[in-house]
Amino acid sequence: MKKLHQVGATVLAMLREIFDEAAYRRFLQRTGKSCSRASYREFLHQKLNVKPRPRCC
Amino acid sequence: MKRWGSILAWVVVSLLCGLAVAVIALHRGESINAMWLVVAALCSYALGYRFYSKFLAARVLAWDQLRATPAERLDNGRDFVPTNKWVVFGHHFAAIAGPGPLVGPVLAAQFGYLPGTLWILAGAVFGGCVQDFVILFFSVRRDGKSLTEIARDEVGPLGGVVAYLAVISIIVLILGVTALIVVNALKSSPWGAFTIAMTIPIALLMGVYLRVLRPGKVLEGSLLGFVLVLLAIWGGQWVAESPTLARYFTFSAPALAILIIVYGFAASALPVWLLLAPRDYLSTFVKLGTIAALALGIIALRPTLHMPALTRFVDGTGPVLAGKIFPFAFITIACGAVSGFHSLIASGTTPKLIRRETETRLVGYGGMAAESFVAVMAMIAACVLQPGVYFAISSPAGVVGSAPATAAATISSWGFPVSAAGMASLAQEVGEQTLFNRTGGAPAFAVGMAHIFAHSLGSRLLMAIWYHFAIMFEALFILSILDAGTRVGRFMFQEALGHVWRPLGRTSWYPSVLFNSGLIVAAWGYFLWQGVRDPLGGINSLWPLFGTANQLLATVALCVATTILMKMGRARYSPVTLIPLGWLVAVTFTASWQKIYSPNPRIGFLAHARQLAALPVRAPETARLIFNDRLDALVTAALVMLVLLIVLESAREWIRVLSGRKPAGVHEAPFVATRFVAEEAS
Repeated sequence: MKKLHQVGATVLAMLREIFDEAAYRRFLQRTGKSCSRASYREFLHQKLNVKPRPRCC
Repeated sequence: MKRWGSILAWVVVSLLCGLAVAVIALHRGESINAMWLVVAALCSYALGYRFYSKFLAARVLAWDQLRATPAERLDNGRDFVPTNKWVVFGHHFAAIAGPGPLVGPVLAAQFGYLPGTLWILAGAVFGGCVQDFVILFFSVRRDGKSLTEIARDEVGPLGGVVAYLAVISIIVLILGVTALIVVNALKSSPWGAFTIAMTIPIALLMGVYLRVLRPGKVLEGSLLGFVLVLLAIWGGQWVAESPTLARYFTFSAPALAILIIVYGFAASALPVWLLLAPRDYLSTFVKLGTIAALALGIIALRPTLHMPALTRFVDGTGPVLAGKIFPFAFITIACGAVSGFHSLIASGTTPKLIRRETETRLVGYGGMAAESFVAVMAMIAACVLQPGVYFAISSPAGVVGSAPATAAATISSWGFPVSAAGMASLAQEVGEQTLFNRTGGAPAFAVGMAHIFAHSLGSRLLMAIWYHFAIMFEALFILSILDAGTRVGRFMFQEALGHVWRPLGRTSWYPSVLFNSGLIVAAWGYFLWQGVRDPLGGINSLWPLFGTANQLLATVALCVATTILMKMGRARYSPVTLIPLGWLVAVTFTASWQKIYSPNPRIGFLAHARQLAALPVRAPETARLIFNDRLDALVTAALVMLVLLIVLESAREWIRVLSGRKPAGVHEAPFVATRFVAEEAS
């Protein structure tokens, strides 16, 4: 059961990383801001104004 | 005892692998079950990972578990973040797996299931996985530098320039070809066009959800978007059945091409973040879910492959892609076996997340093995179709004729029976007006996937839903590649043109943004336009061009890797990259030569141009088609010349290092001990 829980937690962490939820959490930590519309807008603005990640075909 | 158990388990895996490969390679005349391909693939990857990648890690690369990675040393909570290895694995896989490993094997299925499958397995285990692993490792050793920067440092300035030009060329070709796949999948398909059109308001709604209602809750937003997309697919059938609504969503190929070109420009030049980010998340969500569902569907259904192991088209007369099995099967399947584009990701975001050097093996080698398995599933999806149906869908009108009866008669005369009535019934079953001449690979894959899903879930009534789900999945993902790729290309143009005139390099100066967006869109838009106006379907000339460019980029990556191995004093292990490099040089240079100079007009660009020029009566478009052929020949020649330059430059560097004329030395970041070993021990 514990092992299953660990696997579930890892899959969730993987999804959070792929979908940038983890990056947003790190942004909040780095800037000392709390989760809000304004901070998320700022996070997206920063993220999308740099060179985007290439995606394979 | 445990050791003997392990040895016994690996002996069993080896025997199973040998048996599965023997069954798929030696069976002739009878259909085989797709599970043999699955078993052969899983056992090959397991053996390659357990033994070959371990050898690469320990002997060839000599990884150091005490060495800190850039993620640890340069941790800034933004780009450089030490991350759990499974999380990085998922992140890397999500970036490398796209529609390429799905479309390439479907096109290569015209040779039969055997050549493509063997190339996918051998190419991945000894080529693609090795390339991804070593480039990731070398980038980790160099502060997460890009392939272009590593090439400049290790091979020389020429290496950097060639790598840069190869990257920009491949981006342009990828965007043009993938856009063509979307056009071919959506033309004259009101259901498909409606579903894709609906993803725009859905993405906007997700954007509002993520920004206003639940800031940053992407997984929730993606789930909501996914449910809405399913509703849009469901609703598409009523649009297709309504004469009034269907008219608004029925587009010709040129009209769709113009819409996509406008979309690409807007995505690159306009501040449409509210649309782009949610669409990107949605496409990734759908992609990961679909790949997982396809794997489960194949295992649940265990379908029979109807395509023979080898078809008559190994002789080069194939209707889907012209050209003999060598070199064209190896060009057609790039992603899934060896893909140069992966080296950009392995030297992009991924090395900045690696926590320990020892984790590069799982992420680099293992990630590519997982992508290769996706390619095997695509091969299965194409080969579960009756061959006549596969060729009816995938053959262009220019080869089999545009009238259903003519096309069916031509395909049946090849020994693959199919009838116009049967195809009409299948088209009705999947909710399309016709399935003839739907080139590009995506429709054939969608029919195969719908077949697997509908049969494994026990209801053929859902065929139309599954078909349009597959089309939506590919189109949605390709559109997200188009917008991200166009922006990457725009940044690269700005980087280069900034050296010519400084303001053109400023990413915040709007005229520069517009100008460079126009340049990159014009570049890939040209190839797209050329494809939609090509009577042979466009894929016949553009997919090999794209495959060649992708494999040439892999050649650049393997040249860089071999050079580093030589400079590390590990020349005796250099065959691990030299052999795949030699193979790719042979394949890409032969394919390029044939694409330019083959006397067969279906293969050679120049022969096709000559054939058109010799026509007694020229259509108004002929002059443009001749120009396109000559341009394609020129692009191919330019790519080969660039890669030849880097091969020669690398060889010169190897000779200088091996002969002692140049001291061996690499440009690695200095050693810093990792703190994670102590943390894990305590």
